[in-house]
Amino acid sequence: MTVVENLPSTKTERPIGFGRLKRKEDARFIRGQGRYLDDIRLPGMLHGAVLRSPFAHARIVSIDTSRALAHPNVAAVITAKDLETLGLAWMPTISYDTQAVLAGDKVRFQGQEVAFVIATDEYSANDALDLIDVEYEPLPTVVNARKALDADAPVIRDDKAGQTDNLASPTWEAGDEEATNRAFAEADTVVVRDIIYPRCHPAPLETCGMIADFNPETGQLDIYNGNQAPHAHRTVYAHVAGLAEHMIRIQCQDIGGGFGNKVPIYPGYVCAIAGSIVAGRPVKWIENRTENLTSTGFARDYVMHAEMCAKDGKITGLRVDVIADHGAFDSTAQPTKFPAGFFHIVCGSYDLQASHVQVKAVYTNKAPGGVAYRCSFRITEAVYLVERMVDALALEMGADPIELRMRSFIAPEQFPYETTTGWTYDSGNYAETMRVAMDIAGYEELRREQAGKRARGELMGIGVSFFTEGVGAGPRKHMDILGLAMNDGADLRIHPSGKATVSISAQTQGQGHETTFAQIVAEELGIPPEDVEVRHGDTDRSPYGLGTYGSRSTPVSGGAVAIVSRKVRDKARLIAATMLEARPEDLAWEKGRWYMKGDPEKGILIEEIAQRAYSGDELPEGMEGGLDAQVIYDPPNLTYPYGAYIAVVDIDPDTAHVTVRRFIAVDDCGVRINPMIVDGQIHGGLAEGIGIALMEVLTFDDEGNCLNSSFKDYLIPTALECPDFELGETVTPCPHHPLGAKGVGESPNVGSPPAIVNAIIDALHATHGVDHLDMPCTPARVWAAMQGRAEPPQ
Amino acid sequence: MQVTISLNGTPVSREIEPRLLLVHFIRETPGLTGTHWGCDTSNCGACVVHVDGKPVKSCTMLAAMAEGHEVRTVESLEVDGVLDPVQQGFHELHALQCGFCTPGMLMTGRALLDENPNPTEHEIRTAISGGICRCTGYKNIVAAIRWAAEHEAATKQGVTA
Repeated sequence: MTVVENLPSTKTERPIGFGRLKRKEDARFIRGQGRYLDDIRLPGMLHGAVLRSPFAHARIVSIDTSRALAHPNVAAVITAKDLETLGLAWMPTISYDTQAVLAGDKVRFQGQEVAFVIATDEYSANDALDLIDVEYEPLPTVVNARKALDADAPVIRDDKAGQTDNLASPTWEAGDEEATNRAFAEADTVVVRDIIYPRCHPAPLETCGMIADFNPETGQLDIYNGNQAPHAHRTVYAHVAGLAEHMIRIQCQDIGGGFGNKVPIYPGYVCAIAGSIVAGRPVKWIENRTENLTSTGFARDYVMHAEMCAKDGKITGLRVDVIADHGAFDSTAQPTKFPAGFFHIVCGSYDLQASHVQVKAVYTNKAPGGVAYRCSFRITEAVYLVERMVDALALEMGADPIELRMRSFIAPEQFPYETTTGWTYDSGNYAETMRVAMDIAGYEELRREQAGKRARGELMGIGVSFFTEGVGAGPRKHMDILGLAMNDGADLRIHPSGKATVSISAQTQGQGHETTFAQIVAEELGIPPEDVEVRHGDTDRSPYGLGTYGSRSTPVSGGAVAIVSRKVRDKARLIAATMLEARPEDLAWEKGRWYMKGDPEKGILIEEIAQRAYSGDELPEGMEGGLDAQVIYDPPNLTYPYGAYIAVVDIDPDTAHVTVRRFIAVDDCGVRINPMIVDGQIHGGLAEGIGIALMEVLTFDDEGNCLNSSFKDYLIPTALECPDFELGETVTPCPHHPLGAKGVGESPNVGSPPAIVNAIIDALHATHGVDHLDMPCTPARVWAAMQGRAEPPQ
Repeated sequence: MQVTISLNGTPVSREIEPRLLLVHFIRETPGLTGTHWGCDTSNCGACVVHVDGKPVKSCTMLAAMAEGHEVRTVESLEVDGVLDPVQQGFHELHALQCGFCTPGMLMTGRALLDENPNPTEHEIRTAISGGICRCTGYKNIVAAIRWAAEHEAATKQGVTA
């Protein structure tokens, strides 16, 4: 892919290495030449559509597909019975639960997959859905996680042997309960809050879908599917479908956003594969927006009870009890040993005396999940909780929320710091980052402005949050997903002409990997980034690795590419030594060439070394020809990006409408490979955070009907709801990452919701006595809170 | 039924079902998959095209309704290898990430500048508020449309001078 032509190009705009390099991938996207799933048409391709349950809980009495089969354009209709003969009726989830591909015995959430129609075109496939007759016997439902374990709650998962209640996983704990009890006993201030992080949805603009193309002659299965972890998906399909892994090829093409929604395997995918096996032709299935919002990959849904204490003006202890709502099947995205993901990072950025966290999970008659919506495995929930609690404590103590944070931060000299729940933070200077944010915001001036406005009856709030994330999962000694180590491969080939191809397992969904990873090779080898082709998104043409989510591309695949480049550089040094008739140790490196230490004029360019490596000329004794290398990178630890965020909101006293007037985000994500792309990632995550704080929510009535099943009801911020974001940075390089980088994509989504909610409460506490509010802070809920009768979302 | 629609200046005739949406008619035309579909409810704006010069969500219009009208898509923006300033601005200022909303945003931005060559930030935000971008937080899209406005003005001034 060439850089867009007819654009001005100066040296500073074309850095050989790190810097604000414009994106290579833009050339096709700005011309409408991206290749997304629905742009792919294979010869003879059929189209699938899913019949979904109108009930949240009902026994299936009968399914009659005869009228649909009589439709002239219908090729096949698949039900659970057909899948049973293929051994595909149930599939494993990411969390070692099972999920029905098509419901056979009963439906367990509204929108659950019941039948799959395959027809010659999309319109006919959808017409035929209306011709399938299903008789249901409705059952009582439970949609509220707090009621899921009541004695009279209907048992949702009666398919599981021995399951007599709705407990999805037993209580999981972190921290030290006794030490925490002591901290609370010794404390002088305690605050208690019940906090809900409501169910929301990543809702990428391109929905989920697949084209499956099974060749019965060869046994080869070709899959086109925008997913965030193609290699892991291939392994799972091999297990689920009993197909040989080396005969499955997944191509990810361009992906229209993921944000966690495209991590799991969904029933529609398995149906497309089964459909192609049954029909002997390629089958395309793409969900519509309602299917996306109501059946695939929701996020959060944590019901939390928290207590925080302080002594002598400093935060000392935290106690948290969570009910996690996983819906009808537990398909939470998380590493195996962490049933609540990384939620226990909830002790945040503070030097606590003790903390204790417990999480139990329940089944409800809601869509299964949940995924990490732009978040490293439940860190968003954790950061929201701790940052709301710190503000609650500040309110109770009458302290400034920034001052309390400053007093309680882990100090720079305490790193590496072991938290009370077992994380080892590697580096940080939190107070400095907080001060940069205060300077950009003009914090003191904002407080004065607020006082003036309050005197005039205007409602203005200033909210702060400070987060520490653990991203880049992760070390094989600590974590895996479905038994797969969370390591990433990289394969680098320098061609005889000095141009390069680097293959990676990370899977971009818009993050700009074709640019960033070329820049890493450029930085390490001095090859211009336009001469480095980044290959990804095809399991036949890239090394094994676990994909892109949890901000892991730069921490893991970025580390892999840095190391593989250094391996090539080391080999190049030996070849250069032969060419210069010198000893390797007498050579020094500068970007793009090895040269004689005492005689810098005498050197060999990387492209000359590449040419030599493939030539018939002499190479060092025993060395193979060629200039390439492969690695698999096992990160020694997670990386720990952090940041200080400040939101300024105005609230209309008559309508309770909240406007985010300013948003200041100061991120420390370590070394920035492409600061332009980093800024873009932060802007996008902040917009999502505004959405979550103010409008994005999936709610249900008592019968389990989803009330937010389209973009008419599931509201996403537009350009009018987003302010002109103000960014700042501090740079504390990660000490163990080969490039000092930490990962950044999810930080803004993690850090922004608590800043906004804290700002709203800051606006309303003094005037209306509001000391708690659950998201989303819609005008109706804020108005109710102003009248003293806010209720949490259902 | 038979319809003929002018797509990027070329008449395209096809036998269609009366219920066929314009977005599907366009996307089924070889080479014209740049117009995207994203929501079903005319909320996301990924499908914005120009119909007789006005921005229209092509999922909201039946193909039959476009009979005899002039439809332009993102593929028409680049002329003789020269990018439209809006396209160029999006690249210059990193106004796209996954690229899925981009065609709709480009066509909306182009229509705005055709009507109002010197829009304020608020006018730009209002103009693109019928579309959703999940990646950029809009900041760079607003800046890119502003960039295009300024570069067009400079070019025009150059021509007059």
